[in-house]
Amino acid sequence: MARLAACGLLIFLGAIATAGADELDVTVADPYLELRTGPGRGFPIVHVVERGASVRVLKRRTDWFQVQDADGREGWVHRKQMAETLVPAGERMDIDDPAREDFGAHRREVGLLIGDYGGANVVTAYGAYAFNEHLAGEFALSHLLGNFSDGQVATLGVTHVPRPDWRIQPFLSIGTGMIRIKPKGTLVQTPERTDQLAYAGIGVRAYLARRFILRAEYKEYVVFTDRDENEEDIEWKVGFAFFF
Amino acid sequence: MESRLRILLLSAFVLAAGCSHMPWRDDEPAEGPPPPEQTGETPVVIDPQVERREVKPAKIDTENWEAGAYVGSLSVEDFEVNVVYGARVAYHINEDFFAEGIAGTSDAGLSSFERLSGGAPLLTDSERQFTYYSLGFGWNALPGEIFLGGKRALNSAVYLTLGGGATRFAGGDRFTLTAGAGARVLIKDWLAVHLDMRDHVHEIDVLGSNKTSHNFEATLSLAAFF
Repeated sequence: MARLAACGLLIFLGAIATAGADELDVTVADPYLELRTGPGRGFPIVHVVERGASVRVLKRRTDWFQVQDADGREGWVHRKQMAETLVPAGERMDIDDPAREDFGAHRREVGLLIGDYGGANVVTAYGAYAFNEHLAGEFALSHLLGNFSDGQVATLGVTHVPRPDWRIQPFLSIGTGMIRIKPKGTLVQTPERTDQLAYAGIGVRAYLARRFILRAEYKEYVVFTDRDENEEDIEWKVGFAFFF
Repeated sequence: MESRLRILLLSAFVLAAGCSHMPWRDDEPAEGPPPPEQTGETPVVIDPQVERREVKPAKIDTENWEAGAYVGSLSVEDFEVNVVYGARVAYHINEDFFAEGIAGTSDAGLSSFERLSGGAPLLTDSERQFTYYSLGFGWNALPGEIFLGGKRALNSAVYLTLGGGATRFAGGDRFTLTAGAGARVLIKDWLAVHLDMRDHVHEIDVLGSNKTSHNFEATLSLAAFF
């Protein structure tokens, strides 16, 4: 059984690793192109390809491109040097990486946050879709992990970003959802309960690099309970997200 | 004599100048080129006989994602060391940092108390299953190469990870911090072997009082870049 699973895994890994892509030949336009043994700044340069020579781009990993020269020698070249090579049409190679300017104009965002909800630890995954630069709809699922109870929260809301052109963007959020609380078994048995809640919050998101953003937020929740009084909870979370 | 020559030269000049304006000459129309036909398009000045290339941005195979499965040993505090299975997904942000998510499961054994007292077990079989997930960051602290003999060099990295998540064990979900260190060796450009050591830390009260439980794990995994 384990052997079968291992074989299946190998086939799966092989299949995803060889998923097709175009081959691209580029011409070196800088005085020379430096080929390193690995995709990192510390790896040694083992070959150089001179201006005018052609190399084939095999793959890309983070900021590094694996290329092969006419003699079949392979190496890794940094994005900055690749941007100075020419594609067959004679133009500079266009590497359309997400940049600082795209942050704020992006449509989709997914992220993970960790923090505290009313004294319990919380782990949240969220996804957002921007209707325009200022307004986005957001769906979040949270896992509450307290000493006395566990729970889940699902919310749907909107966020407003007043200044989408800033690198560090404050935002306001408002929304509603459901909370399910399950008290822990070692204490007195109390039933699991599900209630509706609403929240208002503030937060900031900051551009880190490439597609990545850092996000921190503070929210105040009102849980509409069956009891005489509504429950009020405070939540803060920090985490990261990426946009695309 | 001299004045006659001057008149001859002058008349020749006038004649030459006049000839250049001869209205009947059709090889060089006096009114300039005829206006282009009114087709709504701008007139074609130069029609290059060059075949245009189709410029299509090439789709380069980007391999920033890594997915794999692991197997190893997990020491559940107070509940023996057992086999753990799991899956791991990572996204490489740049050459230094990656985001990763892991999820694993193991069946915990008997505590010393249960073994020595010989009484009723503390946990049911389903409560004894130790399942966790963790989401976090990793830092490639020591990138480098590993040399196999004199001819082969494999790219490698030693990295540190930190994440948060939850553990389901002994009838409850608990917030868990996971810290670890690992080594990655790329046996192919797309295939990596990982050796990971992690500590899953959470609070637990299954043996009476509340305490911090450290659950160490050592795993070996195979992962592909895609």
